[in-house]
Amino acid sequence: MPCPSCGVGDPTDPSAYVAVQSISLQTSRDVVMARQAVARALKSRGASAIRTTRFATAVSEIARNAIVHGGGGEITIGFDLASAYLMVECRDKGRGIADIPQAMVDGFTTAGGLGRGLGGAKRLADRFEIITEAGKGTRVRMGVKV
Amino acid sequence: MSGIAAIHLVENALLVSIQDDVSDVEIIDLQDALSRRIAEENVRGVVLDISALEIVDTFVGRVIAQLAGISRLLDAETYVVGMRPAVAVTLVELGLYLPETRTALSLTHALSQLRRG
Amino acid sequence: MPQAATATILTILETKFSAIVEQWLGTQVKEGVKRSDLFSDSESRAQNAELLKAFAKGVRAGVTDDDFDLADPAWEDLRAVLADVTKERVSRGVTPTEMATFVLALKVPLFAQLQKTLPDNPSSLIFDVLMVTRLVDAFAIYTNEVFIAEREQIIERQREEMLELSTPVVELWDRVLTLPLIGTLDSARAQEVMENLLETILQRQAEVVILDITGVSTVDTQVAQHLLRAAAAVRLMGAECIISGISPMIAQTMVQLGIDVGTVSTRSSIRTALADALGKVGYTIQKNRDH
Repeated sequence: MPCPSCGVGDPTDPSAYVAVQSISLQTSRDVVMARQAVARALKSRGASAIRTTRFATAVSEIARNAIVHGGGGEITIGFDLASAYLMVECRDKGRGIADIPQAMVDGFTTAGGLGRGLGGAKRLADRFEIITEAGKGTRVRMGVKV
Repeated sequence: MSGIAAIHLVENALLVSIQDDVSDVEIIDLQDALSRRIAEENVRGVVLDISALEIVDTFVGRVIAQLAGISRLLDAETYVVGMRPAVAVTLVELGLYLPETRTALSLTHALSQLRRG
Repeated sequence: MPQAATATILTILETKFSAIVEQWLGTQVKEGVKRSDLFSDSESRAQNAELLKAFAKGVRAGVTDDDFDLADPAWEDLRAVLADVTKERVSRGVTPTEMATFVLALKVPLFAQLQKTLPDNPSSLIFDVLMVTRLVDAFAIYTNEVFIAEREQIIERQREEMLELSTPVVELWDRVLTLPLIGTLDSARAQEVMENLLETILQRQAEVVILDITGVSTVDTQVAQHLLRAAAAVRLMGAECIISGISPMIAQTMVQLGIDVGTVSTRSSIRTALADALGKVGYTIQKNRDH
């Protein structure tokens, strides 16, 4: 199900985005690497402390989801020069999300977590899109205006 | 010792200053180490200085809330000190108000509050 | 030749330039839009001459096949002069009607001059009058647009100034801050207020913050949410938050809406909130014995 905030670009497309970094997500250390890479990318482009923290936190949530629920994955960070958006794409090959609207509700959890990750990430990002297919995995794209 | 932060015993309280971004595994290790030390040393408080942290997500937030719950069962108060404005705004947006923990501006503030009881 | 469409108009604009400027001024006086209270005679004359010169330049280069578009490069001078004149007039308090009438008054001297130049050629006269009408009307419409854009800019500027003005964080005492909120609290402003407040807490190492809502007109569920979130963020940073200035009306509304303030301290007046705050940082207010 595409998210209502449309126009979320693809940071893996080299023609539209300046590649920043790709990080394989397997361990909890990789989550730290991913959010730190995003924080560095934002700060080097002059984003405020609050915007940096908000978006890096959102990235932390989806990167952890890819490991906990998707059995690992990969995150790509890209910068769109034209629109000045920092975009991330997080992919996993897990079992997918059965009911996205339900998964976005605060308090919903399947892995014993707090259940605020996905909905929280959406609130913390300027752009958010999630595409999932049962048995094939989940792809989340998020962006923040710099 | 937990690997990411040294635990110091000062005036009947355990002080921990997290110096760098922590992974989920490391923060769980810290929770384990602190729980043990609270029971062993019979302290009245735990002071967690997070002024160096620029990202606190729902996982770390949950572990901190649990730590506060654990320490309360062991008769100690948990103080979170030095939270950055950006982190406070983000946690509120995530709906994590950490009502289980006490908060203070700095280590000094937390210690003087512990002294007053 | 199509340039014949404006040939006569161009001739009179060149040969009768000063006369047209004077008659234009005269018409403005007659229409009561000259505003001699705001502009001196020489100032008005200079402005009119400059506008007419730019207008003539546009007519010379910007009309082809008796068609024109004021957005074309040929009309650049007129647009520039007009922008300056309008800006000045808006800042001095000229109304949109006065501004439009001021421009439309140009038709009177132009018609008069055409009539003098073409007394025996009614079909040409009608044609030229029509052309002048179209030109001056377009000129007036464009003026109106510039006028509105200029006003909008002023409104936007004032809005931004008010936004800044209305979120001052005041240091009442060592380690005690207050934030007097005034007006309406929408999401954008609430966010800005919160960020500003939290930064100041860090800078001043403030221990107590008073959020005073005496000046907030209405407290609905959304405004209450913003206030409680700000209070929660203040607490997370390690400071205490007191919400003061809750009128009986607002208290009633909040209860009716089922808003639970939880552990946030609330006070009816900033006076009691201040006494409380000072107490929390170790001071008491005492009456001077000799008084």
